[in-house]
Formats: sequence, C-alpha cells, structure tokens
Amino acid sequence: MNAPPTGKNFGRPVRRLEDGRFIQGKGRFVDDVILPRQTYAAFVRSPYAHARITELDAAPALEMPGVLRVMTAADLAGVANLPCGWMIHSRDGSEMKVGARPILASQIVRYVGEPIAVVVAETRDQARDAAEAVMVGYDELPVVVDCADAMGPDAPQLHDAIPHNLAYDWGLGDEAAVDAALAGAAHKVELTLRNNRLIPNAMEPRACNADWDAYAEKLTVWMTHQNPYGMRAMYSGVYGLAAEHSLRIVSPDVGGGFGAKAPNYPEEVAVAFAAKLVCRPVKWTADRTEAFLTDAHGRDHLTTATLGLDAEGRFLGLKVDTIANMGGYLSTSGSLIPTYMYATMLSGQYVIPAIHCRTRAVYTNTCPVDAYRGAGRPEAAYVVERIVNVAARALGLDQAEIRRRNFIREFPYQTPVVFEYDSGAYEASLDQALALADYNGFAARKAEAAARGKLRGIGVAAYVEACGIGPSALLAKLGAGAGMWDSSEVRVNPVGTIEVLSGAHSHGQGHATTIAQLVADRFGVPIESIRIVQGDTDRAPAGTGTYGSRASVGMSATLLACDKIIAKGKRICAHLMDVTEDSIRFEDGVYASAATNRTVPFGEMAAAAHAANAFPTREIEPGLVESSFFDPPNFTFPSGVYVVEVEIDPRTGVTQIVDFSAADDFGNVANPMIVEGQIHGGLTQGIGQALWEEARYDPETAQLITASYLDYGMPRADGLPEFRLSFGCTPSPSNPLGMKGCGEAGAIGSPPAVINAICDALDIEHTDMPARPERVWKLCQQKGAR
Amino acid sequence: MYEFIYSRPATVVEAEALLDPNGDATALSGGQTLLPVLRARLASPSRVVDVARLSELKGIRIEGDRIVIGAAETHAAVSNNPLVIEALPALARLAGGIGDPQVRNRGTIGGSIANNDPAACYPSAALALDAVIVTTRRSVGAAEFFTGLYGTVLEPGELVTAVSFPRCRRAAYVKFPNPASRFALIGVFAAKTSGGTRIAITGAGYGVFRWREAEERLESGGSTSDLESAALPEDAFTSDLHGSAEYRMNLARVVTAQAIGEIDV
Repeated sequence: MNAPPTGKNFGRPVRRLEDGRFIQGKGRFVDDVILPRQTYAAFVRSPYAHARITELDAAPALEMPGVLRVMTAADLAGVANLPCGWMIHSRDGSEMKVGARPILASQIVRYVGEPIAVVVAETRDQARDAAEAVMVGYDELPVVVDCADAMGPDAPQLHDAIPHNLAYDWGLGDEAAVDAALAGAAHKVELTLRNNRLIPNAMEPRACNADWDAYAEKLTVWMTHQNPYGMRAMYSGVYGLAAEHSLRIVSPDVGGGFGAKAPNYPEEVAVAFAAKLVCRPVKWTADRTEAFLTDAHGRDHLTTATLGLDAEGRFLGLKVDTIANMGGYLSTSGSLIPTYMYATMLSGQYVIPAIHCRTRAVYTNTCPVDAYRGAGRPEAAYVVERIVNVAARALGLDQAEIRRRNFIREFPYQTPVVFEYDSGAYEASLDQALALADYNGFAARKAEAAARGKLRGIGVAAYVEACGIGPSALLAKLGAGAGMWDSSEVRVNPVGTIEVLSGAHSHGQGHATTIAQLVADRFGVPIESIRIVQGDTDRAPAGTGTYGSRASVGMSATLLACDKIIAKGKRICAHLMDVTEDSIRFEDGVYASAATNRTVPFGEMAAAAHAANAFPTREIEPGLVESSFFDPPNFTFPSGVYVVEVEIDPRTGVTQIVDFSAADDFGNVANPMIVEGQIHGGLTQGIGQALWEEARYDPETAQLITASYLDYGMPRADGLPEFRLSFGCTPSPSNPLGMKGCGEAGAIGSPPAVINAICDALDIEHTDMPARPERVWKLCQQKGAR
Repeated sequence: MYEFIYSRPATVVEAEALLDPNGDATALSGGQTLLPVLRARLASPSRVVDVARLSELKGIRIEGDRIVIGAAETHAAVSNNPLVIEALPALARLAGGIGDPQVRNRGTIGGSIANNDPAACYPSAALALDAVIVTTRRSVGAAEFFTGLYGTVLEPGELVTAVSFPRCRRAAYVKFPNPASRFALIGVFAAKTSGGTRIAITGAGYGVFRWREAEERLESGGSTSDLESAALPEDAFTSDLHGSAEYRMNLARVVTAQAIGEIDV
C-alpha cells in the first residue's frame, strides 16, 4: 500500500492557508455565530461535590427580567442518560458498572459544577442573573477525591449498586506468564508512581448554539467539537432530538480541542433540548471557570509496576497495576483510556516477552476524566520509560544502553498486548537523538554546571504510540460502540475549482493546508484552486472525527477519492483522445498516451466531464464527483526518542530545561512545518505536565482548588528551551500515504524524559510530577542531608 | 458580571462625591483585580467609578530628592519613564516585571498600593523606601499605610492620588514568581538608604513586612551569608497550594541574598 505521493506541495513546508484569517481575527468560532432571535443559556451548577438535591424551585428565576424558560430534569423525562461509548469487561467477565449520568441532575450531584438546570434568557447576563435565583437545596454527602481512597472501606459510595466505586477491574495479558518471568528474573525493580491529573485548557472554551426549525422539524447545532458526525449520531440515536437527516451539526473554526472537545457533554445536549422548548436559537459559551470545572480532565493514575530483567539487563516481564480515576461518571471514552489506549502500549519500544496489566477504574467526586492529548499512551510511556530508568540505575547501566539492549528490531512485531507494530527504526532514532544532544559530552557540561552551583541531569525517553485509529473490526472487539473509518468526497467543479469534503475535522491541525497539498499534487493543479470543507454534517458525507492523531485515515480517504477521479478521467480521455483507456497515463496533471500526441490537461478533462458531449453518457456518467471511505488495516505506530538536559538550582528547587533534542519518526509527513508546530505544542504540554500542571481537589470538600490561571500552572514560553528536532522516516504500511500521525507524540515522550533528567540530576530513583520547585527543593535538602 | 452604573468623573472632587462613603460604589483604576472579581460575580457594586483617566492622578515628576508618581500611572509608564529609571531604577525594573504587557498597560501603581495584595510587588518598594502615600485626604507613610492582608488605612471614599518615593539608586527588587500566576511567591525589595539597609518582603502570605533582623545584620557589617542564620518572623509566612511556610522562608533568604547581591555589584 505504500506509495508516498511526492510533488510540488506534499511533503513541503507550505504555509498554512487558514492562518490569514486567524491572524487577522477573522476566524469564525461558535461564539461568533449570532442567529436571528438569539437567546442565551446559563447553567445552574452544583457548588458541592457530593450532595442530595432536596429542593429545586425555578419560580424565582422565572420572574427575573428577560427569562424565557428554566429547564430541569423534569423537562427531560424519558430522555436517555449520557452513554459511555466503550464497553469494558472486568476480569470476571462482567460488564463494567456504569453510574447513571443524567443530562441534568435532579437527585444526587457527584462533582462540583455538575449541571442541574439551564436558564434561557434574552441576554447572557440576564440568564446568569436568573441562574443564581434558581433555588436549590442540598444535603451534603461525604466526598472522595483520590483514586486510591475510592475503593477503601470508609469511602462514600457514589452510585447505587457500584460497591467500592469500582467501575471495572480489567486485565490484559498473560498474568501467569508474567509471574513466572518475574520469579525467574535475575533482577526485579518495582516503582509506584502517579500520573497527575490535568486540565486541557483549549483557548476556545466549549460553546454551542442550537436552533430548532419547527417548520422543517430540523435541528441545527453549532458546536465546537472534534467529531460533529459522532455528535449527530448521538443526538439522533441516543437522545432522539431529531431524525439524523434532520439534524445538522456544524463545527466551524475550533480553537483547540486536545481530546476535551471529543466527548458528548451534558451541557450541549441540554442546550439543544432547550432550543426545542423555546423554539428560538439558544447559545451557551462556557466561561473559563466552567471550563476548568467541567471540561473532561486528563490522566490521574496511580500505578505500581514491576519489571524483571536477566543478568544482562534484558527485559523478561512487566507487571502493571493501575488505579484510574474516572471522576463522578464515565465520560464518553473514559473507560477506554486506561484500558485499550493504555495497557496496549506497555511494551513500549521493547521486546518484553510477558506483560500483564490490571486496571481498576474508580468513581470519585471529581470532574469526569476522558481523552487528553495522548489519552492513555502518555500514561503508558511514563510507566515504561520511568521503570526502564529505575532498572538502569539498579543495574548500573547507562540509560541509553539499557534501551539499546531491548529494542524491537524486526517489523511487523506482535507485542503481548494486542498490537502488531507495523514499522519503526528505534535504534536509529536513539542514535539520532544522542548525536543531536551530544550525549557523550554530558559529563563535561555537568561538571561546568556544578561549578556554577547547579545540578545538571540528562534524561532519555523512547516512546511509541498507536495512531490512525481504526480498523473498525478490531475496535469492535475491544468494545467500541462505533466504527472508526473516515470518508472524503472530492468534487471537481466545471470551471476547475475543487471541493474536498472531509469527514475529519481540524481543530488547529491545518487540514485546510495539508489536504489541499495532497490533492494539488495528485491532480497537478494549483493549491489555490482547492477548498477543504469540514465540520458540517450537511455538507461532507460522513466522518468519524479528529482525535488520536488520525488525520492519516481521512487523508487516505481523500487520496482514494482522488484516484477514483483520475481513473474516471482516463475513461473520459479515452474518448477525447481516441485511444484505449489502458494506454493512458496521468502524470503532472496531464493525461497522455503513447498511442497519440494529443494530451489532455486535468482541467480540460474536468470540463469535458461536465459538458458530457464527447463520451457516451450511458457508459460514463456525467459529472466529476467521487467519494471514498477508508478503514485502515491497522493502527499506525509513530515513535521517537527524546533527550532532555535540566539544570536544578538546589537553593530554590527550580528546574530549568536547558536542552531538548528530539528524534521522531512519523513516516511520511504532509507538511514538515506543521509537524514541527505539532511537536513544539506537544512537547510544551508534556513539559507542562512534568513541571507545573496539576488539577488539585481539596480532599475534605472535593472543591477544585486549581480552578483559574492564578493557581493552575500553565506552561509558558519563558520556561521552554529551544527545541532541537530531527526526523527519521519509516513509512507506515497501514495507509496509502505512509503517514503515522504526530499530534500527540510530544506530549507522550516528554514527561518521562524530563523526569528522567531530574532524577539523574538529583541521583534519585523517582519523583512524581509535577516537579514543582518546592518538591525538588525538598529532594535537594534530603540529598544534602545524606 | 452584575449590572452596575459606570461613572467616569472629570475631577477628583467629582470622583469623591460619587464614591459616597455611605454607598457601595467602587473605584476602578487599571481594573486588573477588580474586573476579574466582577467577571467572576464575586462583587456587586452598584456603581463603578473610573478614576484611571483623571489628570490629577497622572504625571511623574521630581520634587527635590523625591520622585512622585501619580496613582493612575500604569506599570508600563513607570517602567519606561526616564525620571524613574534615573532616580529609582529598581522601581522601574519592578514595574516592568509585573504581569504581562497587557497587565502592565492597564494596571496602575495607585490601584496596586490601594489593593495591597499580599503577593503584589509595589508594596514592598513602598515599605522598603518609606514611600509616602498621598490620598485625597492626607499623606501617610507606607509603614502606617499597609495594615496586613489587603488592608490599608484608606477610609471609604478615600482615593490614593500619588506615591512619593525618595531617590535611591542603591536598591534592587528580585521576584521569585509563582509559576501559575506570576505574582510573587516571594519578592524582596532591598535598598541601601540614608536611613540604613532596608529589606521588605512580599508574597509571604499576610502582607508586606520588613525583615528587620536581616537589616540589622547587614547594617552591622554582615554579609549575605549571614542571612542564612538570621531569624525570620515565622508567623509572617503562610502555607498554601503554592508553597509551604518552610519553603517560602527558604526563598526569602535566597531572594534577599540575590537582591543584596544586585545592589552591591
């Protein structure tokens, strides 16, 4: 399948076609959409993390100026609860236990910010004023925040019939084989670590604007989302808001998603129902506090891992036991993240003959957790890449050398945990990263830093991840509630412009450029003649959205649709050129044949297709529109090696990243400039997790105490180094473009690389993220005392 | 935010009338604290009186051996002002390190002083240098003006109109920023004045204060290494999400040494 297209555009750093409007403030986001007869919604939210609702009286709000309606659970009688999209079975074969999550709570609230009612008013401020007038009475209940505490005998139980707050106790791999491997191992190392809870913080908060057309019985919902088609299926099939053919989801420009704009949330559904009740368009735009409290959080694992090695440092078995915090409810993909997106990646880049993972997912009085940039894969990479360094330290091996001894070198490679890695060149990436970092010169730099009173450390981390999610049949076996192919329709218009309707949806990735690069080269036409259409279910035929670095799936569908156009063009040109179809070649935008001197440029063929007067229309249909659905035969497996150097000031505990060298392998890349941008962003988010970011709840009240930028430490440019990037290329055989995906890589590989460097600087086994200055200072104090 | 009446008086007298002590009107200067509070619906004044454009609160001028800064001067204006850079360069650097460019172009010295946020930068300079806070009713020395956590001697309806600092070229401000907010986790304004060595610490938790033990040690010929053992007022330091009292006390020592080091260069 591997035939990478190369040309004037594809593979080159073409400037992003969409940036003009973004830079000039001309983007169109959901909040920019103002409809005639617009109204505004505000939510009544629980101020308590766990409470029984004793009273709910909307009457005072209804008397407030401008108020049209207050919608509560009573207005949604018979409407389905929010579903979790992935069925996970426990080790005993039982189905996961799903705590019922209503659109609006009426009995029990289980996290701070859970919506209880929605007020619709003429203006945003009127809606907010009135939301405060809704009377809600609460009986507070005890709370649990920490995933380790949730299963304890004294922990409050969040959901009836879910004892110990345990959603599932799941396993993957051959436990007996791992136990045997560990029993016979010359060396064993064990590590307990936490993967800190993160808040996604897209620049554009969640927003929707729902418009019910009572005449056409059609519902249109403008929604900032990564998967408009998935939402259409959900809104129609699950909630019955409108028939699928009468339900239009439009996601215009989306100001960042990072996974947090992929779930099905209660607020947007509630607004859609409210629009039907008031028969006017209803808009809701989350404020930043709502985003902190209710956008699905990421990570939050507590893990113990044991790695067995032979006398030479070769891995024999890895046993992992993880407790994953789900929050108050299972979010749309919440159950999937710490299972099949996580345990399947625990082989890392290594030959590990036996792997077992047990994951217990627990409910706590916190915001539901779902996919966040990497979604399970960063958690896995963190476990593997940390314990490998712990092992290197225990065995006295260099951290690069221990990896070298264990790399997978032959592909395809079947891991013991589901996946068959399709391609890779791990040692080449290691060598590239070490060279870029001048790894051998580190000792001198460490000595020089020591002379300045700084502790310098170096960290290596090698990651592999699974992207390009599909194939649908495998996903169904893993519990998926929907297929994950993608689709594209290519329309060549009579005057020569080309519309590409794509089922993927860019939320910052630059699809308007990269897909156009592909099509321009395929047809040999100017890139300016191409328009990419995404994010509108009334326009593109179908799709499954953008997440998990899966644009290669949608772009492959576009490629296949282009090739259908080219093939039809050959049939048309056979008549125009009066030669046989199989003698025609299409190169550089021109149809040519050895049988004639006559050539037909692509545009002329397109005009002829629409004129429909030079070929028999009973054999060849007029027009030039083709579509394709692509279901990949396998995931893709991007990989890379990061080498980080840090300097720690032992007087303050401040960690400065002084050097960052990356060697990534994304297979073929559509646009290296965009890829570099994705890496910079991913590395920044990973460094943010390693050094600053952490969602913290008060253990007594389960109030989110990092609910603003005053308290939640975002990564900033002044805390980042110049990134030194390099790229290898082993094309993926899993799609016709040979692409692998790059959106999440940086956030997956960088947290362990940074922590490995910090542990090296401090000569310690482990420290948890985020390595805040005080935490590191205390480690320095202990080191000084040793 | 809740509905309120927005007033922009033309004179300080008009402003004072609008800020009726018996009402619940609030003065708005740069708005860097007030507006987020209003947006979060944590306050609901019936009237907001915008004093940021009052000409009487503007201007930066030398008066003898002092430099007087109008209360409505922005951080950006202070940091870039040639008179400040000449007469009190540490204050210019302090102002240039507050927040980000948007904050610096809106936030004002008067607003910061009147708010007395326990992690704000300006109060440390005012206290260390014995600044005089000029209000619509009186002039008050900084030591008397600040009364602890968000506390000042300002009475309802009283406005800060200017802050008067002595000239001082031997001064330095060093901030250890909170990684999230970039407010001072610990900030130290150190100065060698005609009255002796002065060290004012902000960010500790309960409001700006002077570290007198350190001042005395340095006055009596001690070096920065003597700060290691100088006693800190433990009850001035708080423990919170961003740092324990123990860590803040460590930072106070480290940052003070840095500030003194910058003066002595």
